[in-house]
Amino acid sequence: MVKVIIPAPLRRYAQEQESLDLEGQTVQEILANLIGTYGDLKKHLYTEEGKLRNFVNVYVNDEDIRHLQQENTPITEGVIVSIVPSIAGG
Amino acid sequence: MLNPDLATINLTPDDYERYSRHLILPEVGVHGQKKLKAASVLCVGTGGLGSPLALYLAAAGIGRIGLVDFDVVDRSNLQRQIIHGEEWVGKPKVQSAAARIKSINPYIQVDIHEVPLTSENALDIGKDYDLIIDGTDNFPTRYLVNDACVLLGKPNVYGSIFRFEGQATVFHYEDGPCYRCLYPEPPPPGLVPSCAEGGVLGILPGMIGVIQATEAVKIILGVGTTLKGRLMLYDSLKMQFRELKLRRNPECPVCGDHPTVTKLIDYQEFCGIPQAKAEEEAMAIPEITVKELAAKLDQIGIVLIDVRNPNEFDIGRIPGSVLIPLSEIEDGQGVAKVKELADGKELYIHCKMGGRSAKALQVLAEKGVHGTNVKGGINAWSEEVDSSVPKY
Repeated sequence: MVKVIIPAPLRRYAQEQESLDLEGQTVQEILANLIGTYGDLKKHLYTEEGKLRNFVNVYVNDEDIRHLQQENTPITEGVIVSIVPSIAGG
Repeated sequence: MLNPDLATINLTPDDYERYSRHLILPEVGVHGQKKLKAASVLCVGTGGLGSPLALYLAAAGIGRIGLVDFDVVDRSNLQRQIIHGEEWVGKPKVQSAAARIKSINPYIQVDIHEVPLTSENALDIGKDYDLIIDGTDNFPTRYLVNDACVLLGKPNVYGSIFRFEGQATVFHYEDGPCYRCLYPEPPPPGLVPSCAEGGVLGILPGMIGVIQATEAVKIILGVGTTLKGRLMLYDSLKMQFRELKLRRNPECPVCGDHPTVTKLIDYQEFCGIPQAKAEEEAMAIPEITVKELAAKLDQIGIVLIDVRNPNEFDIGRIPGSVLIPLSEIEDGQGVAKVKELADGKELYIHCKMGGRSAKALQVLAEKGVHGTNVKGGINAWSEEVDSSVPKY
């Protein structure tokens, strides 16, 4: 089980949950399970072609998966997966 | 310019007294205070973030502060934009901010740029400053500030906020990553609500703006470890800070090894704003004014739906309106409710200012339910029909 942190702008698509515990061996599996739980998140995380959107960053602990093995990044017990979308308020 | 010839900078007797607590710090001292005095900082935006950071930069003795803003002070700004006061409501923010800065520290120079920052003027305005602080409130201007900083070779001290959460970092400093390395593309318009729509805790920009001011001062002094390469995330409800690693993207179109963006572009276009407007217009959602709506409310055979959030409904409502929040309509549950209520009736939808109701009508139109948008929302109702309904 790993903890997935849902950021504030996306919480309305996840029944206002701040985080949830999910199973998965890779980032891809974790995100698939996340979308399986909250289907409305899908279009906000993925393009119609099934690519992760460019304004949604995914981190495993403090590392951006773009600098690891993208969605194939392996997940080990106890890591924290964070979704960090861009915000612009000021 | 960040390492100026300090031989030409002198501290006055007033300076020694004013900056005494800095001068005592070995990390600042006379040398550091002279650096601050020789420095120039451009604050883009004098709103939630710009207010606290400009106050502290002025107090710290930054020799020249540039302020860019084209907006006027609105009463609803005062909950967080602490550089402005009640007496400035309706007047230009840059004038208000400059007056407050001068009252804190009359010995520094304030440059007023009472214009929107655009691709045409950004390089010209930015070139005269040592560093640039992004205190803007929208995606197009954030990408503009970033690209201008990269093209000018200036550090970009970044902060942004959403409801109870904030982000801060330093972009394009000493070969560090830029904003586009972090977020290559902006989200589509409308996905992330603005502060006016989504609300924001008034104190939040204080926290993030002060982080930005701290980073600016550290860069000028050359002390400490900056946020370069680290994205600071702040959650005010949990009172928790987290940090994530940022790396420069060698493929970055602006700061990468082979940049493709070598001059400023059309940032409205880049952020999809004209396209979204065109789509909205193509949907041709009919509109009604609040006065026309008021004349219709007594008729039978109409239904008025309010798509704001329940806490906004508590602030005030148009008589006879039924609350079905936009989020319910977007997730589908609300669509059935609207269908049932609107069966055989004329459907009108309103929100605070007209944006969310237009979105609701777009979603409903895709499901075959058609209605009319109330232009200007409940705020227009308050101004033009019934002032006992609070405007907020």
